[in-house]
Amino acid sequence: MLQGWVIVLASLAYLTALFAVAYWGDWRAEQGRSIIANPYIYTLSIAVYCTTWTYYGSVGRAAGSGIGFLPIYLGPTLVFSLWWLVMLKMLRISKTYRITSIADFVASRYGKSQLLGGLVTIIAVIGVVPYIALQLKAVSNSFTILLNYPDIVMPAKVGAGLFLEDNTLYIALLLAAFTILFGTRHLDATERHEGMVAAIAMDSVLKLVAFTAIGLFVTYGLYDGFGDIFRRAQAVPALKELMNVVPGGGQRGSSWLSLTILSMLAVMLLPRQFQVGVVENVNENHLRKAIWLFPLYLLAINLFVLPIAFGGMLSFPGGDVDADTFVLALPMAHKQEGLALLAFLGGLSAATGMVIVETIALSTMVCNDLAMPFLLNRRWEWLNQQKDLSEILLTIRRSAIAAILLLGYAYFRLAGEAYALVGIGLISFTAVAQFAPIVFGGMFWKQGSRNGALAGLLAGFSVWLYTLLLPSFARSGWLPGNFMQGGIFGLELLHPQHLFGLVGLDETTHCLFWSLLANISAYMVVSLMGRPGAAEAGQASLFVDVFQHTQGFAGSRFWRGSADPRELVALTSRFLGPERTQQAFGSYARQRGVSSVGLLQPDADLVHFAETLLAGAIGSASARVMVASVVKEEPLGLDEVMNILDEASQVRAYSRQLERKSRELEEATQELREANERLRELDRMKDEFLSTVSHELRTPLTSIRAFSEILLQSPDMSVIDRQNFLGIITKETERLTRLINQVLDMAKLESGRTEWRMERLDVRQVIEEAIAAASSLFSDRQVSLETRLAGAVAEVEADRDKLIQVLLNLLSNAVKFVPSGSGEVAVYLLTERDGAKNSVRVEVRDNGPGIPREDQGMIFEKFRQGGDSLTGKPQGTGLGLPISRQIMEHFGGRLWVDSEPGEGACFILELPRADTGDNGRNEKTKTEEEDE
Amino acid sequence: MMKASLTGQRLVVLFFLGLVAFNFPVLGLFEKGGTVFGVPVLYAYAYGAWAALIFAMARVAGRRDDVPPASGPRG
Repeated sequence: MLQGWVIVLASLAYLTALFAVAYWGDWRAEQGRSIIANPYIYTLSIAVYCTTWTYYGSVGRAAGSGIGFLPIYLGPTLVFSLWWLVMLKMLRISKTYRITSIADFVASRYGKSQLLGGLVTIIAVIGVVPYIALQLKAVSNSFTILLNYPDIVMPAKVGAGLFLEDNTLYIALLLAAFTILFGTRHLDATERHEGMVAAIAMDSVLKLVAFTAIGLFVTYGLYDGFGDIFRRAQAVPALKELMNVVPGGGQRGSSWLSLTILSMLAVMLLPRQFQVGVVENVNENHLRKAIWLFPLYLLAINLFVLPIAFGGMLSFPGGDVDADTFVLALPMAHKQEGLALLAFLGGLSAATGMVIVETIALSTMVCNDLAMPFLLNRRWEWLNQQKDLSEILLTIRRSAIAAILLLGYAYFRLAGEAYALVGIGLISFTAVAQFAPIVFGGMFWKQGSRNGALAGLLAGFSVWLYTLLLPSFARSGWLPGNFMQGGIFGLELLHPQHLFGLVGLDETTHCLFWSLLANISAYMVVSLMGRPGAAEAGQASLFVDVFQHTQGFAGSRFWRGSADPRELVALTSRFLGPERTQQAFGSYARQRGVSSVGLLQPDADLVHFAETLLAGAIGSASARVMVASVVKEEPLGLDEVMNILDEASQVRAYSRQLERKSRELEEATQELREANERLRELDRMKDEFLSTVSHELRTPLTSIRAFSEILLQSPDMSVIDRQNFLGIITKETERLTRLINQVLDMAKLESGRTEWRMERLDVRQVIEEAIAAASSLFSDRQVSLETRLAGAVAEVEADRDKLIQVLLNLLSNAVKFVPSGSGEVAVYLLTERDGAKNSVRVEVRDNGPGIPREDQGMIFEKFRQGGDSLTGKPQGTGLGLPISRQIMEHFGGRLWVDSEPGEGACFILELPRADTGDNGRNEKTKTEEEDE
Repeated sequence: MMKASLTGQRLVVLFFLGLVAFNFPVLGLFEKGGTVFGVPVLYAYAYGAWAALIFAMARVAGRRDDVPPASGPRG
């Protein structure tokens, strides 16, 4: 009874039924009585995860490695317990921002980046192609086997025959046609396909029923229950081993874990899983049931895997029947025609469900994130001339579906033969796992940036390509065999499956480890190196803090701009058609309390509404570009975006402000502390000064008093003595006066009350006057004085008395510090020499002990005396030099010292020259020996 | 900041329990051989623990003592 036409007819009947269900689902949706709005249909649609990989492949895998097929189902079970945290957030983000695919999700998160969306699409297409090939292989094999009934003949080597004789090609074309009819009948503003979901749910029911039926038949029909099968298998040594250990030897721990992780990621990130789990979700409350219903489905469909596998191996001990086909071969071997047909249809349903959803999801991505950006960037003119763009979009999607299926077929011809079903599927899982860092990072880590995402994705994808995809070609002989020996350059270190000498892992684990390592490192390092732009930072916050934005938050707050409502309507209707557009804008207008679309406020909210509407059809990145073409947008700066952002950002801004304030406060405190320190220092110096002054005052006072008392108590003192004593008293009084005058001088200078009598002076004369006044000092201490004064042209603008005071001070200082007797002081007047251009320079040199470099600044400070450390006792008031310097500064000149310890000191004063007349250098040297 | 709902926290605990239960070295404990009701111990454990985990998840997720967060948890 199982002739070819029966099988084909049954298949077509099944596909028609599927179509009818889809049509019914769409019709009900339009009526507003959705049939998919319940958690059970939602769960069944997620069960599109179970493809022919599960249906045929699990048994094949179990026959080879016992329990080794299980991680692929344990992973999803585990990850579903995290769904409450992860999926809920993903759902909320996608619903709030109208995400249409995983590429859209990524693009939208990283600043609506077209580049990133395109890259994700390309990776998804390349990554999923082997998976589609797997479905084609399974359907084609099962068809061929069933066709040979009642004989059980394994299909000949595929790829051997001509294309036209290869039924896989026809299956691919048939599936393409079916999917196109199915998923691209019209363009939907939300990218939701209720009919498709309904059909997928039916698929899921059928594959579970069919598999369970085969399982029951094998377990209870052929054998006497589970115990019987396992008992018989125990008798076969090879099977006994399979039953008691997890296969894989020393690698089994890592293989097991990597399969678990891979399937965890795949069940969330495969384009079709994202489509049914996120995009098609009707109500997020459905999660509550799906969390445990979906794992239960997985458990149910896996319940009979082991019995069928062992039953198959017991029934076909020769090993000439491929274990991947046991599900079909067992009923055939026992002449159960109906059951065999059911098994075939179950496999078909598993394949169609996967192919339909996967290609629809991929075609949406190709259209929105690859084709649209291309058209927008390169074919803008052409695009602008088209009236109805929705037809173009649909054409793109239809072509994409056909192209993807043909790519799957091509891969099947190229590499399909080298792997079992599960092996092919794992290649796809590992590719899709590359999305994990940027998707989950994007949901929970604001710092993740577009450049980081690009870097991570490229790094991970390249490693995947090199360590998993290319080897799959090499294994099929399509790449030179030596590729597998030493990588591309023949280097052992670059061996594709022992990268950098890493051995001891199976190829999937090896690839997963290296690719995720490269991916995550690149993503994080690049993200942390740069600062995101305004749009990026805004999107990052919208994603990460989605739960705070859900209520009453409009993304329009990031917009500042306006547009003509009519232009927006025109733009939207080119993509969605006039009818849907009018409907959407009409209800928006009513919501706003406006009677017609034309009266709408051309504000940012309207622009945002149009963008979201378009995003549903062409993806967020393209929608943004389209809307921008008719909108006058004023870009917001990063600071503004930050200001607009949520509480968290406000808190951040506050804390930044607080940080700044506290930094300022710290600085102020520091300044205050320094000022206080200075004040203390001054206070201390004042105290020192007072004690110095008191000391200085007391010395003459004491002697005055002592001599006065002697004079008073000795009336009969000789005249000579009396004269002598009175002389001392007078001298001491002069000293007192001088001291007090200096203190007063300083006080006057400081407070600016000094009277200045500025006049034109010849410095030479002033010096001579000063020397004359100081001559007694020199003769007292037997110090020689040498003068060398330039010509009479050294004229300056100054106060004569003050200048003399300065010179006297310098001279008396010099005398004070040179040794008595052998002391030498020299005074030079220089005009044009030593860079003293346009200025007059006077140097006072001595051969005293000199002043250490560190003290040279200090001696010009008030109340500081260089003499302290040198002689052990104060030599003056400590005011002479500070007063001198202040006077010089008042004249517009300078006073400083140049000295080396042990080589004497040279005090230099410099004054601006008053005239520009004769610069003759009429030197005249005069040496004077001042003796007693 | 991160106030995950109670359901979420309970499920996270189950996740880690499952992760431990379905990986080595725990899995290795059941490689000793033998059967339970005719089913090899390893298989019985894997499926039994799996069913138990699903049961626990159903119990936790089914409790209505907190609602899906409107603006509560940030994951």
